[in-house]
Amino acid sequence: MELLNSSLLEWSRAQFAMTAGYHWLFVPLTLGLGIIMSIVESIYVKTGDEKWKKAAKFWQLIFGINFAIGVATGIILEFQFGTNWSNYSWFVGDIFGAPLAIEGIVAFFLEATFISIMFFGWNRVGKKTHLASTWLTVGGATLSAYWILVANAWMQYPAGMAFNPETVRNEMVSFWSVALSPFAVNKFFHTVVSAWGLGAAFVSGVSAWYLIKNRNNDFALKSIKVSAIFGLVSFLLLAITGDGSAYQVAQKQPMKLAAMEGLYKGHEGAGLIAVGMLNPAKKAYDDNVDPYAFKIELPKMLSLMGYRNINAFVPGINDIVAGGYALPDGSIALSFEEKRSRGQKAIEALANFQEAKKAGLDSEAAQYEAVLRENYPYFGYGYLTDAHQLVPNVPLTFYSFHIMVIIGAYFILLFLVLCWYNCKKKIESTRWLQYVALWSIPLAYIAGQLGWVVAEVGRQPWTIQDVLPLQAAVSSLSAGNVIITFTLFALLFTALLIAEITIMVKQIKKGPED
Amino acid sequence: MTENTIANEKFNWFKMFWDGFMSMSTLGKTLWVVVIVKLIIMFAILKPFFFSDFLSSKDDKASYVSEELVDRSVSLPLSE
Repeated sequence: MELLNSSLLEWSRAQFAMTAGYHWLFVPLTLGLGIIMSIVESIYVKTGDEKWKKAAKFWQLIFGINFAIGVATGIILEFQFGTNWSNYSWFVGDIFGAPLAIEGIVAFFLEATFISIMFFGWNRVGKKTHLASTWLTVGGATLSAYWILVANAWMQYPAGMAFNPETVRNEMVSFWSVALSPFAVNKFFHTVVSAWGLGAAFVSGVSAWYLIKNRNNDFALKSIKVSAIFGLVSFLLLAITGDGSAYQVAQKQPMKLAAMEGLYKGHEGAGLIAVGMLNPAKKAYDDNVDPYAFKIELPKMLSLMGYRNINAFVPGINDIVAGGYALPDGSIALSFEEKRSRGQKAIEALANFQEAKKAGLDSEAAQYEAVLRENYPYFGYGYLTDAHQLVPNVPLTFYSFHIMVIIGAYFILLFLVLCWYNCKKKIESTRWLQYVALWSIPLAYIAGQLGWVVAEVGRQPWTIQDVLPLQAAVSSLSAGNVIITFTLFALLFTALLIAEITIMVKQIKKGPED
Repeated sequence: MTENTIANEKFNWFKMFWDGFMSMSTLGKTLWVVVIVKLIIMFAILKPFFFSDFLSSKDDKASYVSEELVDRSVSLPLSE
Protein backbone atom coordinates (compact mmCIF):
# COMPACT_ATOMS: atom_id res chain seq x y z
CA MET A 1 0.00 0.00 0.00
CA GLU A 2 1.19 3.48 -0.80
CA LEU A 3 1.73 5.13 2.55
CA LEU A 4 -0.14 8.29 3.25
CA ASN A 5 1.55 11.46 4.27
CA SER A 6 0.26 14.40 6.19
CA SER A 7 0.77 16.71 3.20
CA LEU A 8 -1.73 14.70 1.14
CA LEU A 9 -4.27 14.85 3.93
CA GLU A 10 -3.86 18.56 4.55
CA TRP A 11 -3.99 19.50 0.85
CA SER A 12 -7.04 17.30 0.31
CA ARG A 13 -8.76 18.98 3.24
CA ALA A 14 -7.73 22.43 2.05
CA GLN A 15 -9.03 21.71 -1.42
CA PHE A 16 -12.41 20.55 -0.15
CA ALA A 17 -12.66 23.47 2.28
CA MET A 18 -11.82 25.99 -0.44
CA THR A 19 -14.36 24.53 -2.86
CA ALA A 20 -17.09 24.37 -0.23
CA GLY A 21 -16.27 27.91 0.89
CA TYR A 22 -16.54 29.32 -2.63
CA HIS A 23 -19.71 27.29 -3.27
CA TRP A 24 -21.30 28.86 -0.20
CA LEU A 25 -20.66 32.33 -1.60
CA PHE A 26 -23.09 31.64 -4.45
CA VAL A 27 -25.73 29.40 -2.89
CA PRO A 28 -27.05 31.55 -0.01
CA LEU A 29 -27.76 34.50 -2.30
CA THR A 30 -29.76 32.22 -4.59
CA LEU A 31 -31.84 30.98 -1.66
CA GLY A 32 -32.24 34.34 0.08
CA LEU A 33 -32.74 36.57 -2.92
CA GLY A 34 -35.11 33.96 -4.34
CA ILE A 35 -37.53 34.39 -1.47
CA ILE A 36 -37.33 38.19 -1.59
CA MET A 37 -37.96 38.41 -5.34
CA SER A 38 -40.92 36.04 -4.86
CA ILE A 39 -42.36 38.21 -2.10
CA VAL A 40 -41.89 41.34 -4.21
CA GLU A 41 -43.65 39.69 -7.16
CA SER A 42 -46.44 38.48 -4.84
CA ILE A 43 -47.02 42.10 -3.81
CA TYR A 44 -47.15 43.07 -7.48
CA VAL A 45 -49.74 40.38 -8.23
CA LYS A 46 -51.80 41.45 -5.22
CA THR A 47 -51.62 45.20 -5.80
CA GLY A 48 -51.18 45.40 -9.57
CA ASP A 49 -48.69 48.22 -8.98
CA GLU A 50 -46.21 48.23 -11.88
CA LYS A 51 -43.47 49.62 -9.63
CA TRP A 52 -43.47 46.35 -7.69
CA LYS A 53 -43.24 44.49 -10.98
CA LYS A 54 -40.20 46.56 -11.90
CA ALA A 55 -38.63 45.75 -8.54
CA ALA A 56 -39.39 42.05 -8.94
CA LYS A 57 -37.83 41.97 -12.41
CA PHE A 58 -34.69 43.70 -11.19
CA TRP A 59 -34.12 41.31 -8.29
CA GLN A 60 -34.83 38.38 -10.59
CA LEU A 61 -32.12 39.68 -12.90
CA ILE A 62 -29.62 39.78 -10.03
CA PHE A 63 -30.82 36.33 -8.99
CA GLY A 64 -30.21 35.15 -12.56
CA ILE A 65 -26.64 36.45 -12.58
CA ASN A 66 -25.86 34.71 -9.32
CA PHE A 67 -27.64 31.53 -10.41
CA ALA A 68 -25.89 31.33 -13.78
CA ILE A 69 -22.43 31.86 -12.39
CA GLY A 70 -22.88 29.82 -9.24
CA VAL A 71 -24.86 26.87 -10.58
CA ALA A 72 -23.02 23.56 -10.67
CA THR A 73 -20.09 24.74 -8.54
CA GLY A 74 -21.19 22.04 -6.10
CA ILE A 75 -20.45 19.40 -8.74
CA ILE A 76 -16.75 20.03 -8.11
CA LEU A 77 -17.31 18.77 -4.57
CA GLU A 78 -18.77 15.58 -6.01
CA PHE A 79 -15.72 15.18 -8.25
CA GLN A 80 -13.58 15.35 -5.14
CA PHE A 81 -15.54 12.64 -3.38
CA GLY A 82 -14.72 10.20 -6.16
CA THR A 83 -11.09 11.19 -6.57
CA ASN A 84 -9.74 12.49 -3.28
CA TRP A 85 -12.04 10.71 -0.84
CA SER A 86 -12.64 7.43 -2.63
CA ASN A 87 -12.54 5.26 0.51
CA TYR A 88 -15.16 7.52 2.02
CA SER A 89 -17.28 7.44 -1.15
CA TRP A 90 -17.25 3.67 -1.25
CA PHE A 91 -17.79 3.31 2.49
CA VAL A 92 -20.87 5.56 2.64
CA GLY A 93 -22.44 3.71 -0.26
CA ASP A 94 -25.90 4.72 -1.35
CA ILE A 95 -26.72 6.62 1.81
CA PHE A 96 -24.81 9.57 0.50
CA GLY A 97 -25.66 8.84 -3.11
CA ALA A 98 -29.45 8.71 -2.69
CA PRO A 99 -29.97 12.27 -1.37
CA LEU A 100 -27.55 13.65 -3.97
CA ALA A 101 -29.38 11.77 -6.74
CA ILE A 102 -32.76 13.07 -5.57
CA GLU A 103 -31.26 16.53 -5.45
CA GLY A 104 -30.01 16.25 -9.01
CA ILE A 105 -33.07 14.59 -10.53
CA VAL A 106 -36.01 16.17 -8.72
CA ALA A 107 -35.02 19.42 -7.12
CA PHE A 108 -32.61 20.76 -9.72
CA PHE A 109 -34.93 19.96 -12.62
CA LEU A 110 -37.83 21.61 -10.81
CA GLU A 111 -35.67 24.68 -10.42
CA ALA A 112 -34.35 24.58 -13.98
CA THR A 113 -37.83 24.12 -15.49
CA PHE A 114 -39.53 26.99 -13.77
CA ILE A 115 -36.63 29.41 -13.98
CA SER A 116 -37.20 29.49 -17.76
CA ILE A 117 -40.82 30.60 -17.28
CA MET A 118 -39.64 33.12 -14.70
CA PHE A 119 -37.26 34.77 -17.17
CA PHE A 120 -38.94 34.19 -20.53
CA GLY A 121 -42.57 33.98 -19.49
CA TRP A 122 -43.42 37.47 -18.25
CA ASN A 123 -45.59 38.24 -21.26
CA ARG A 124 -46.53 34.66 -22.10
CA VAL A 125 -48.27 33.35 -19.01
CA GLY A 126 -50.73 34.95 -16.63
CA LYS A 127 -49.60 36.86 -13.54
CA LYS A 128 -50.49 34.05 -11.19
CA THR A 129 -48.83 31.37 -13.31
CA HIS A 130 -45.70 33.48 -13.48
CA LEU A 131 -45.77 34.03 -9.73
CA ALA A 132 -46.18 30.28 -9.18
CA SER A 133 -43.17 29.69 -11.43
CA THR A 134 -41.10 32.15 -9.43
CA TRP A 135 -42.00 30.46 -6.14
CA LEU A 136 -41.38 27.02 -7.66
CA THR A 137 -37.94 28.16 -8.84
CA VAL A 138 -36.89 29.13 -5.36
CA GLY A 139 -38.75 26.11 -3.98
CA GLY A 140 -36.64 23.87 -6.20
CA ALA A 141 -33.46 25.60 -5.07
CA THR A 142 -34.48 25.15 -1.44
CA LEU A 143 -35.36 21.51 -2.02
CA SER A 144 -31.93 21.09 -3.59
CA ALA A 145 -30.38 22.50 -0.46
CA TYR A 146 -32.44 20.14 1.66
CA TRP A 147 -31.04 17.00 0.06
CA ILE A 148 -27.47 18.27 0.15
CA LEU A 149 -27.89 19.10 3.82
CA VAL A 150 -29.42 15.67 4.51
CA ALA A 151 -26.21 14.17 3.10
CA ASN A 152 -24.07 16.48 5.21
CA ALA A 153 -26.14 15.84 8.34
CA TRP A 154 -25.70 12.10 7.91
CA MET A 155 -21.94 12.56 8.13
CA GLN A 156 -22.41 14.41 11.41
CA TYR A 157 -24.97 11.96 12.77
CA PRO A 158 -25.02 8.69 10.85
CA ALA A 159 -28.58 7.35 11.17
CA GLY A 160 -30.75 4.84 9.32
CA MET A 161 -27.90 2.66 8.07
CA ALA A 162 -26.27 -0.72 8.62
CA PHE A 163 -22.70 -1.67 7.73
CA ASN A 164 -22.32 -4.57 5.32
CA PRO A 165 -18.87 -6.14 5.84
CA GLU A 166 -19.08 -8.08 2.57
CA THR A 167 -19.41 -4.99 0.41
CA VAL A 168 -17.60 -2.77 2.95
CA ARG A 169 -20.41 -0.28 2.55
CA ASN A 170 -22.98 1.31 4.78
CA GLU A 171 -26.40 0.48 3.45
CA MET A 172 -29.58 2.41 4.02
CA VAL A 173 -32.10 0.55 6.16
CA SER A 174 -34.47 3.46 6.72
CA PHE A 175 -34.80 6.23 4.15
CA TRP A 176 -36.89 8.33 6.52
CA SER A 177 -34.36 8.02 9.33
CA VAL A 178 -31.80 9.51 6.96
CA ALA A 179 -34.10 12.10 5.37
CA LEU A 180 -35.81 13.25 8.56
CA SER A 181 -33.12 12.81 11.18
CA PRO A 182 -33.38 15.62 13.74
CA PHE A 183 -29.85 16.64 12.82
CA ALA A 184 -30.81 17.00 9.14
CA VAL A 185 -34.01 18.92 9.84
CA ASN A 186 -32.25 21.36 12.16
CA LYS A 187 -29.33 21.78 9.81
CA PHE A 188 -31.68 22.47 6.91
CA PHE A 189 -33.68 25.16 8.70
CA HIS A 190 -30.63 26.82 10.25
CA THR A 191 -28.70 26.86 6.98
CA VAL A 192 -31.58 27.96 4.77
CA VAL A 193 -32.69 30.66 7.18
CA SER A 194 -29.09 31.95 7.29
CA ALA A 195 -29.30 32.23 3.49
CA TRP A 196 -32.54 34.19 3.83
CA GLY A 197 -30.75 36.54 6.20
CA LEU A 198 -27.93 36.98 3.72
CA GLY A 199 -30.42 37.71 0.95
CA ALA A 200 -32.10 40.33 3.11
CA ALA A 201 -28.76 41.94 3.99
CA PHE A 202 -27.83 41.99 0.30
CA VAL A 203 -31.10 43.61 -0.82
CA SER A 204 -31.01 46.15 2.02
CA GLY A 205 -27.41 47.03 1.24
CA VAL A 206 -27.87 47.39 -2.51
CA SER A 207 -31.06 49.41 -1.98
CA ALA A 208 -29.21 51.63 0.48
CA TRP A 209 -26.60 52.27 -2.23
CA TYR A 210 -29.34 53.66 -4.51
CA LEU A 211 -30.47 55.95 -1.70
CA ILE A 212 -26.90 57.10 -1.10
CA LYS A 213 -26.66 57.89 -4.81
CA ASN A 214 -30.12 59.48 -4.64
CA ARG A 215 -31.45 57.52 -7.60
CA ASN A 216 -34.26 54.97 -8.02
CA ASN A 217 -35.41 56.00 -4.55
CA ASP A 218 -38.91 54.63 -4.81
CA PHE A 219 -37.61 51.23 -5.94
CA ALA A 220 -35.00 51.24 -3.16
CA LEU A 221 -37.51 52.12 -0.45
CA LYS A 222 -39.91 49.43 -1.64
CA SER A 223 -37.09 46.87 -1.61
CA ILE A 224 -35.88 47.89 1.85
CA LYS A 225 -39.42 47.67 3.16
CA VAL A 226 -39.53 44.00 2.18
CA SER A 227 -35.94 43.12 3.05
CA ALA A 228 -35.98 44.78 6.48
CA ILE A 229 -39.03 42.85 7.65
CA PHE A 230 -37.86 39.65 5.98
CA GLY A 231 -34.36 40.11 7.41
CA LEU A 232 -35.64 40.66 10.93
CA VAL A 233 -37.84 37.56 10.74
CA SER A 234 -34.97 35.55 9.24
CA PHE A 235 -32.42 36.48 11.90
CA LEU A 236 -34.90 35.84 14.70
CA LEU A 237 -35.60 32.42 13.16
CA LEU A 238 -31.86 31.97 12.83
CA ALA A 239 -31.46 32.42 16.58
CA ILE A 240 -34.19 29.84 17.23
CA THR A 241 -32.83 27.31 14.74
CA GLY A 242 -29.31 27.99 16.03
CA ASP A 243 -30.49 26.98 19.47
CA GLY A 244 -31.92 23.79 17.95
CA SER A 245 -28.65 23.09 16.18
CA ALA A 246 -26.67 23.61 19.37
CA TYR A 247 -28.96 21.16 21.15
CA GLN A 248 -28.35 18.55 18.46
CA VAL A 249 -24.60 19.15 18.61
CA ALA A 250 -24.65 18.69 22.40
CA GLN A 251 -26.45 15.37 22.01
CA LYS A 252 -24.50 13.93 19.09
CA GLN A 253 -21.19 15.80 18.90
CA PRO A 254 -20.21 16.86 22.43
CA MET A 255 -16.59 17.43 21.39
CA LYS A 256 -17.74 20.04 18.88
CA LEU A 257 -19.79 21.82 21.53
CA ALA A 258 -16.81 21.80 23.90
CA ALA A 259 -14.59 23.26 21.17
CA MET A 260 -17.19 25.92 20.33
CA GLU A 261 -17.04 27.07 23.94
CA GLY A 262 -13.37 26.32 24.66
CA LEU A 263 -14.63 24.13 27.49
CA TYR A 264 -11.96 21.76 28.75
CA LYS A 265 -13.28 20.83 32.17
CA GLY A 266 -16.98 20.20 32.19
CA HIS A 267 -19.33 20.95 35.05
CA GLU A 268 -22.96 21.17 35.99
CA GLY A 269 -24.79 24.42 35.29
CA ALA A 270 -22.22 25.46 32.66
CA GLY A 271 -22.32 29.04 31.42
CA LEU A 272 -22.31 30.21 27.82
CA ILE A 273 -19.47 32.55 26.92
CA ALA A 274 -20.89 35.87 25.73
CA VAL A 275 -17.52 37.46 25.11
CA GLY A 276 -14.16 35.86 25.64
CA MET A 277 -10.62 35.33 24.50
CA LEU A 278 -8.70 32.08 24.57
CA ASN A 279 -5.31 31.84 26.18
CA PRO A 280 -2.81 31.52 23.27
CA ALA A 281 -0.44 29.64 25.62
CA LYS A 282 -2.79 26.67 25.73
CA LYS A 283 -1.49 24.15 23.23
CA ALA A 284 -3.03 20.84 24.25
CA TYR A 285 -6.01 19.63 26.21
CA ASP A 286 -3.80 18.05 28.89
CA ASP A 287 -1.22 20.81 29.47
CA ASN A 288 -3.01 22.26 32.54
CA VAL A 289 -2.86 25.78 31.12
CA ASP A 290 -5.91 27.97 31.81
CA PRO A 291 -7.83 28.01 28.51
CA TYR A 292 -9.16 31.57 28.77
CA ALA A 293 -7.40 34.92 28.77
CA PHE A 294 -10.74 36.35 29.86
CA LYS A 295 -14.41 35.51 29.55
CA ILE A 296 -17.82 36.90 30.34
CA GLU A 297 -20.36 34.15 30.80
CA LEU A 298 -24.13 33.92 30.73
CA PRO A 299 -24.60 31.66 33.78
CA LYS A 300 -26.04 28.19 33.19
CA MET A 301 -26.97 29.00 29.60
CA LEU A 302 -24.75 26.33 28.02
CA SER A 303 -26.44 23.63 30.14
CA LEU A 304 -29.82 25.01 29.19
CA MET A 305 -28.94 25.27 25.50
CA GLY A 306 -27.30 21.86 25.24
CA TYR A 307 -29.48 19.78 27.53
CA ARG A 308 -32.62 21.85 28.24
CA ASN A 309 -31.72 21.80 31.93
CA ILE A 310 -29.95 24.68 33.68
CA ASN A 311 -28.12 22.28 35.99
CA ALA A 312 -27.14 19.64 33.42
CA PHE A 313 -23.55 18.47 33.25
CA VAL A 314 -21.78 19.66 30.10
CA PRO A 315 -18.68 17.58 29.38
CA GLY A 316 -15.50 19.41 28.47
CA ILE A 317 -12.75 18.17 26.18
CA ASN A 318 -10.88 16.49 29.04
CA ASP A 319 -14.06 14.73 30.19
CA ILE A 320 -14.79 13.43 26.70
CA VAL A 321 -11.27 12.03 26.45
CA ALA A 322 -11.34 10.52 29.97
CA GLY A 323 -14.98 9.31 29.87
CA GLY A 324 -16.70 8.14 33.04
CA TYR A 325 -19.48 10.74 33.17
CA ALA A 326 -23.20 10.03 32.82
CA LEU A 327 -24.66 10.50 29.35
CA PRO A 328 -28.19 11.87 28.83
CA ASP A 329 -29.49 8.31 28.26
CA GLY A 330 -28.13 7.22 31.66
CA SER A 331 -25.19 5.18 30.35
CA ILE A 332 -21.60 6.00 31.25
CA ALA A 333 -19.38 7.61 28.63
CA LEU A 334 -16.46 5.49 27.47
CA SER A 335 -12.94 6.88 27.59
CA PHE A 336 -10.92 7.49 24.43
CA GLU A 337 -8.81 4.42 25.20
CA GLU A 338 -11.89 2.25 25.58
CA LYS A 339 -13.35 3.56 22.35
CA ARG A 340 -10.07 3.03 20.54
CA SER A 341 -9.84 -0.51 21.83
CA ARG A 342 -13.35 -1.20 20.54
CA GLY A 343 -12.53 0.46 17.23
CA GLN A 344 -9.48 -1.77 16.82
CA LYS A 345 -11.59 -4.83 17.61
CA ALA A 346 -14.07 -3.77 14.92
CA ILE A 347 -11.34 -3.31 12.30
CA GLU A 348 -9.69 -6.57 13.23
CA ALA A 349 -13.06 -8.30 13.01
CA LEU A 350 -13.57 -6.84 9.53
CA ALA A 351 -10.19 -8.20 8.42
CA ASN A 352 -10.94 -11.61 9.90
CA PHE A 353 -14.42 -11.62 8.39
CA GLN A 354 -12.97 -11.00 4.94
CA GLU A 355 -10.41 -13.79 5.38
CA ALA A 356 -13.04 -16.24 6.64
CA LYS A 357 -15.32 -15.42 3.72
CA LYS A 358 -12.52 -15.99 1.23
CA ALA A 359 -11.79 -19.33 2.85
CA GLY A 360 -15.47 -20.28 2.77
CA LEU A 361 -15.69 -20.47 6.58
CA ASP A 362 -19.18 -19.05 6.98
CA SER A 363 -19.72 -19.87 10.66
CA GLU A 364 -16.45 -18.17 11.62
CA ALA A 365 -17.35 -15.24 9.41
CA ALA A 366 -20.65 -14.90 11.26
CA GLN A 367 -18.79 -14.76 14.60
CA TYR A 368 -16.47 -12.04 13.33
CA GLU A 369 -19.45 -10.16 11.93
CA ALA A 370 -21.08 -10.21 15.37
CA VAL A 371 -17.91 -8.75 16.93
CA LEU A 372 -17.79 -6.13 14.20
CA ARG A 373 -21.41 -5.09 14.74
CA GLU A 374 -20.97 -4.88 18.50
CA ASN A 375 -18.02 -2.53 18.16
CA TYR A 376 -18.95 -0.74 14.95
CA PRO A 377 -20.16 2.49 16.63
CA TYR A 378 -16.47 3.11 17.53
CA PHE A 379 -14.98 1.82 14.26
CA GLY A 380 -13.21 5.09 13.50
CA TYR A 381 -11.38 5.27 16.81
CA GLY A 382 -9.24 2.38 15.61
CA TYR A 383 -7.41 4.82 13.34
CA LEU A 384 -6.44 7.34 16.01
CA THR A 385 -3.02 7.02 17.56
CA ASP A 386 -3.63 9.22 20.58
CA ALA A 387 -6.30 11.34 22.20
CA HIS A 388 -4.90 14.61 20.88
CA GLN A 389 -6.15 13.60 17.43
CA LEU A 390 -9.68 13.59 18.81
CA VAL A 391 -9.61 17.31 19.60
CA PRO A 392 -10.53 19.72 16.76
CA ASN A 393 -8.90 23.11 16.28
CA VAL A 394 -10.34 24.80 19.36
CA PRO A 395 -9.40 28.45 18.65
CA LEU A 396 -10.75 28.30 15.09
CA THR A 397 -14.00 26.69 16.21
CA PHE A 398 -14.37 28.96 19.26
CA TYR A 399 -13.79 32.26 17.47
CA SER A 400 -15.82 31.23 14.41
CA PHE A 401 -18.77 30.35 16.59
CA HIS A 402 -18.65 33.49 18.71
CA ILE A 403 -18.04 35.90 15.85
CA MET A 404 -20.92 34.25 13.94
CA VAL A 405 -23.24 34.72 16.92
CA ILE A 406 -22.14 38.34 17.38
CA ILE A 407 -22.78 39.07 13.69
CA GLY A 408 -26.19 37.39 13.97
CA ALA A 409 -27.09 39.58 16.95
CA TYR A 410 -25.81 42.63 15.05
CA PHE A 411 -28.15 41.88 12.15
CA ILE A 412 -31.15 41.52 14.46
CA LEU A 413 -30.36 45.03 15.71
CA LEU A 414 -29.74 46.38 12.21
CA PHE A 415 -33.01 45.04 10.84
CA LEU A 416 -34.89 46.28 13.90
CA VAL A 417 -33.50 49.76 13.24
CA LEU A 418 -34.28 49.50 9.53
CA CYS A 419 -37.86 48.42 10.31
CA TRP A 420 -38.24 51.30 12.78
CA TYR A 421 -36.89 53.90 10.37
CA ASN A 422 -39.02 52.40 7.62
CA CYS A 423 -42.15 52.77 9.79
CA LYS A 424 -41.19 56.37 10.49
CA LYS A 425 -40.41 56.89 6.78
CA LYS A 426 -36.96 58.23 7.65
CA ILE A 427 -34.67 55.81 5.81
CA GLU A 428 -34.38 58.10 2.79
CA SER A 429 -33.06 60.92 4.96
CA THR A 430 -30.84 58.89 7.30
CA ARG A 431 -27.54 58.74 5.54
CA TRP A 432 -25.58 56.91 8.27
CA LEU A 433 -28.08 54.04 8.23
CA GLN A 434 -27.76 53.74 4.47
CA TYR A 435 -23.98 53.40 4.79
CA VAL A 436 -24.33 50.90 7.62
CA ALA A 437 -26.73 48.78 5.55
CA LEU A 438 -24.41 48.91 2.52
CA TRP A 439 -21.27 47.95 4.42
CA SER A 440 -23.05 45.20 6.30
CA ILE A 441 -23.35 43.04 3.17
CA PRO A 442 -19.92 41.39 3.65
CA LEU A 443 -20.74 40.64 7.28
CA ALA A 444 -23.59 38.38 6.20
CA TYR A 445 -21.20 36.42 3.97
CA ILE A 446 -18.62 36.21 6.74
CA ALA A 447 -21.23 34.88 9.20
CA GLY A 448 -22.31 32.21 6.70
CA GLN A 449 -18.74 31.08 6.13
CA LEU A 450 -18.03 31.01 9.85
CA GLY A 451 -21.12 28.88 10.39
CA TRP A 452 -19.69 26.25 8.06
CA VAL A 453 -16.29 26.51 9.75
CA VAL A 454 -17.97 25.70 13.08
CA ALA A 455 -19.90 22.81 11.56
CA GLU A 456 -16.98 21.26 9.70
CA VAL A 457 -13.84 22.15 11.67
CA GLY A 458 -15.65 21.42 14.92
CA ARG A 459 -16.30 17.82 13.89
CA GLN A 460 -12.71 16.99 13.01
CA PRO A 461 -11.14 14.44 12.77
CA TRP A 462 -14.27 12.75 11.44
CA THR A 463 -15.59 12.50 7.92
CA ILE A 464 -18.34 10.33 9.42
CA GLN A 465 -18.82 10.96 13.12
CA ASP A 466 -17.06 8.25 15.20
CA VAL A 467 -16.94 5.87 12.23
CA LEU A 468 -14.46 7.16 9.66
CA PRO A 469 -11.68 9.68 10.31
CA LEU A 470 -9.94 11.67 7.60
CA GLN A 471 -6.85 9.49 7.42
CA ALA A 472 -8.96 6.44 6.58
CA ALA A 473 -11.19 8.29 4.13
CA VAL A 474 -8.61 9.93 1.86
CA SER A 475 -7.44 8.34 -1.41
CA SER A 476 -3.85 7.22 -1.86
CA LEU A 477 -2.99 9.99 -4.30
CA SER A 478 0.23 11.92 -4.56
CA ALA A 479 0.13 15.22 -2.70
CA GLY A 480 1.51 16.88 -5.85
CA ASN A 481 -1.63 15.98 -7.81
CA VAL A 482 -3.83 17.46 -5.13
CA ILE A 483 -1.78 20.67 -5.09
CA ILE A 484 -2.24 21.00 -8.86
CA THR A 485 -6.01 20.56 -8.65
CA PHE A 486 -6.15 22.87 -5.65
CA THR A 487 -4.48 25.55 -7.76
CA LEU A 488 -6.82 24.93 -10.71
CA PHE A 489 -9.86 25.23 -8.48
CA ALA A 490 -8.54 28.36 -6.85
CA LEU A 491 -8.13 29.92 -10.30
CA LEU A 492 -11.52 28.73 -11.60
CA PHE A 493 -13.50 29.83 -8.58
CA THR A 494 -11.70 33.13 -8.27
CA ALA A 495 -12.43 33.80 -11.94
CA LEU A 496 -16.09 32.95 -11.39
CA LEU A 497 -16.26 35.20 -8.35
CA ILE A 498 -14.66 38.09 -10.23
CA ALA A 499 -17.09 37.51 -13.13
CA GLU A 500 -20.02 37.48 -10.73
CA ILE A 501 -19.00 40.66 -8.93
CA THR A 502 -18.16 42.48 -12.17
CA ILE A 503 -21.40 41.59 -13.94
CA MET A 504 -23.51 42.16 -10.85
CA VAL A 505 -21.99 45.55 -10.04
CA LYS A 506 -22.44 46.63 -13.66
CA GLN A 507 -26.10 45.61 -13.57
CA ILE A 508 -26.70 47.27 -10.21
CA LYS A 509 -25.14 50.49 -11.51
CA LYS A 510 -27.45 50.26 -14.50
CA GLY A 511 -30.38 49.93 -12.13
CA PRO A 512 -33.92 48.69 -12.53
CA GLU A 513 -35.49 49.29 -15.92
CA ASP A 514 -37.48 52.44 -16.35
CA MET B 1 -47.21 40.73 -26.55
CA THR B 2 -48.83 42.43 -23.56
CA GLU B 3 -50.38 40.80 -20.54
CA ASN B 4 -53.83 41.80 -21.80
CA THR B 5 -53.47 39.48 -24.75
CA ILE B 6 -52.06 36.57 -22.76
CA ALA B 7 -55.43 35.02 -22.10
CA ASN B 8 -56.09 34.80 -25.85
CA GLU B 9 -52.76 33.14 -26.64
CA LYS B 10 -52.10 29.42 -26.29
CA PHE B 11 -48.92 28.79 -24.27
CA ASN B 12 -46.19 27.32 -26.42
CA TRP B 13 -43.02 26.11 -24.70
CA PHE B 14 -40.93 26.04 -27.84
CA LYS B 15 -41.96 29.55 -28.86
CA MET B 16 -41.22 30.85 -25.38
CA PHE B 17 -37.67 29.51 -25.49
CA TRP B 18 -37.16 30.51 -29.11
CA ASP B 19 -38.32 34.08 -28.58
CA GLY B 20 -36.48 34.25 -25.27
CA PHE B 21 -33.16 33.25 -26.78
CA MET B 22 -33.66 35.31 -29.91
CA SER B 23 -34.35 38.50 -27.98
CA MET B 24 -31.71 37.87 -25.34
CA SER B 25 -29.88 40.91 -24.01
CA THR B 26 -26.10 41.28 -23.88
CA LEU B 27 -26.24 40.33 -20.23
CA GLY B 28 -28.09 37.10 -21.02
CA LYS B 29 -25.60 36.19 -23.74
CA THR B 30 -22.67 36.93 -21.43
CA LEU B 31 -24.13 34.69 -18.74
CA TRP B 32 -24.65 31.85 -21.20
CA VAL B 33 -21.02 32.18 -22.30
CA VAL B 34 -19.91 32.00 -18.66
CA VAL B 35 -22.11 28.94 -18.05
CA ILE B 36 -20.89 27.11 -21.15
CA VAL B 37 -17.21 27.90 -20.53
CA LYS B 38 -17.58 26.81 -16.91
CA LEU B 39 -19.23 23.52 -17.85
CA ILE B 40 -16.59 22.82 -20.53
CA ILE B 41 -13.80 23.42 -18.01
CA MET B 42 -15.51 21.25 -15.42
CA PHE B 43 -16.63 18.32 -17.56
CA ALA B 44 -14.21 18.34 -20.49
CA ILE B 45 -11.00 19.26 -18.67
CA LEU B 46 -11.16 18.84 -14.90
CA LYS B 47 -13.24 15.66 -14.71
CA PRO B 48 -11.47 13.49 -17.31
CA PHE B 49 -7.93 14.74 -16.78
CA PHE B 50 -7.76 15.55 -13.09
CA PHE B 51 -10.72 13.89 -11.40
CA SER B 52 -11.10 10.40 -12.71
CA ASP B 53 -12.88 8.07 -10.32
CA PHE B 54 -10.02 6.73 -8.19
CA LEU B 55 -11.63 3.33 -7.57
CA SER B 56 -12.58 2.72 -11.20
CA SER B 57 -9.06 1.37 -11.85
CA LYS B 58 -9.43 -1.27 -9.13
CA ASP B 59 -10.76 -4.67 -10.16
CA ASP B 60 -12.35 -5.52 -6.84
CA LYS B 61 -13.36 -2.26 -5.23
CA ALA B 62 -14.73 -3.80 -2.03
CA SER B 63 -11.54 -5.78 -1.41
CA TYR B 64 -9.38 -2.77 -2.17
CA VAL B 65 -11.26 -0.50 0.25
CA SER B 66 -11.37 -3.24 2.86
CA GLU B 67 -7.57 -3.64 2.67
CA GLU B 68 -7.13 0.12 2.85
CA LEU B 69 -9.33 0.37 5.92
CA VAL B 70 -7.53 -2.48 7.66
CA ASP B 71 -4.04 -1.36 6.71
CA ARG B 72 -4.59 2.20 7.87
CA SER B 73 -5.67 1.27 11.38
CA VAL B 74 -3.33 2.20 14.23
CA SER B 75 -1.10 -0.81 13.67
CA LEU B 76 0.31 1.11 10.70
CA PRO B 77 0.84 4.72 11.75
CA LEU B 78 0.85 7.47 9.15
CA SER B 79 4.25 8.43 7.79
CA GLU B 80 5.39 12.01 7.47
